[in-house]
Amino acid sequence: MSEIWLQTSTRGKALSLLLLAAFLLAPILADRYLLSVLILVFYFAYLGQAWNLLMGFAGQLSLGHALYLGLGAYTATALWTLFGIGPWLGVFIAVPVAALAGMFIGWLGWRFSIEGVYFALLTIAFAEFTRIGFDHLQITGAAGGLFLPVNGEAAGKWWNLGGGPLLYYYLALALATAATILVARLRQSPLGYRWLAVREDPQAAQAAGINIFRARMMAMLISSGMTAVGGVFYGFYYRNLFPSQVFDIGRSIELILAPIIGGLGTVFGPIVGAIILTPLGEGLTGLVQELGLNAPGTKAIFYGITLMIIISLQPNGVWPWLARRLGLGRETK
Amino acid sequence: MIPLLSVNDVSKRFRGLAAISRVSFDVQAGEIFAVIGPNGAGKTTLFNMIAGALAPNEGTITFAGEKMDGLRADEIAQRGIGRTFQVVKPFPALTVEDNVIVGALLHASTLSAARSIAHEVMSHLDLVGKRAQIASSLTLPDRKRLEVARALATRPKLLLLDEVMAGLRPTETDRIVAILRELNRAGLTILLIEHVMRAVTALASKILVLHHGAAIAEGTPEHVLREPAVIESYLGAESL
Repeated sequence: MSEIWLQTSTRGKALSLLLLAAFLLAPILADRYLLSVLILVFYFAYLGQAWNLLMGFAGQLSLGHALYLGLGAYTATALWTLFGIGPWLGVFIAVPVAALAGMFIGWLGWRFSIEGVYFALLTIAFAEFTRIGFDHLQITGAAGGLFLPVNGEAAGKWWNLGGGPLLYYYLALALATAATILVARLRQSPLGYRWLAVREDPQAAQAAGINIFRARMMAMLISSGMTAVGGVFYGFYYRNLFPSQVFDIGRSIELILAPIIGGLGTVFGPIVGAIILTPLGEGLTGLVQELGLNAPGTKAIFYGITLMIIISLQPNGVWPWLARRLGLGRETK
Repeated sequence: MIPLLSVNDVSKRFRGLAAISRVSFDVQAGEIFAVIGPNGAGKTTLFNMIAGALAPNEGTITFAGEKMDGLRADEIAQRGIGRTFQVVKPFPALTVEDNVIVGALLHASTLSAARSIAHEVMSHLDLVGKRAQIASSLTLPDRKRLEVARALATRPKLLLLDEVMAGLRPTETDRIVAILRELNRAGLTILLIEHVMRAVTALASKILVLHHGAAIAEGTPEHVLREPAVIESYLGAESL
């Protein structure tokens, strides 16, 4: 960290500290609704960092990250409801469960040279059939859903991840901040360089002595494990889980939008993307209601059009452009 | 003396088509060894087998006394064989410096150690002034030197160069020839595939001539370039 921090320009340091301070102090001014929007911003920034590690750095497209999210969420919540094991402990079981699933998919794909879009299909397939499996898994409520108690002595305690919006707010902020620091450190590590090399040209990377299978597996391990932590947060924040929602491909897609809009393969892209997209979605919901456009899918159409405009204006994402405008220099991809 | 690289009776077939048939040769430590031959003679196939990108159908390849055939390309790089690609393969979105750092990280355990190796290699190859440029923005001669720099940064005992002079102007060729000579004097063994005879004669202490996948001549440049078979198959009648 120290080296990265030292290399950051004064203006970059000032801006990132200012942003962090603003987020830390926001609850003083923000109402409940605004807090809930900001929680989503941090949540998507966090998941975006996890996914970006695999796609933006190691160059492997996953369209099935809902699998790790769902496994993390279900493992931790089921451990609590069934065995009384709280989430702070449960997360240490949820992460290996999801990471093992990720490693298995990675092994299957990369050992047998299933690459590019075919690898992406493989990730979708695993998320889909896990969804179907959980639809029939009675112990977690099958398709009927798994519910966490909202009331009661134990439910409201912070050590069971229960409480008011402030708890979730600061927890989400801490997750997003920690993920960003971790990704920035990895980016400037030997492993980070290997990932970029493998992403840019696997054959040349191998000729430079890089074990491309191992590099990709490391990216998958960290990415799926991080996503599972996000899943634990998801489970205890929403306090109900349905396989058709958690493992849905829509879930996998929504968590990749922030890094794509913000800037694939950049450290701050996922944050910038989440800051743009979450309020945009909320704003469009409000706008569509104002205008009285009640036809289903109206919001999605506007949302899609906005994304297309952003991507056609800034194909490399908003962050590289924004960083130049702010005079922060260039963050290389 | 045990040769640094020993290729014994190596053959490679693609769907029954013999690309390399029973080729044998030795490269001694400290040598500059050139493989020449017309297009399609099997030079790059031979290279790819030494570098581990392809596995031979028959024969063995030994490097520094260890059997190499069957190892993956990254395992071979770890054992001290660096290579360039005929069609250059820089990491396009990375800077020149980061490209070379990736090579240096093979043996450097920290980023700062890799960075200092990278600087040393870049200064050998006149790339220091361009270190912050994105590799995809480089001109072809610069990209070729970057390709050599990345391979050198892995600290190889043997450097495989696949047509690094092709497409360069004579002044650029002379520049690379001078750089390679200097590296060789510092102890690096070089195996090169080359079409530019100006470079081959300036550099090579030994030449192997391939034709239709078979070795048709081997020896010192003076000897090999006078062989009638070589002149006929490769150099062409006009050079007689």
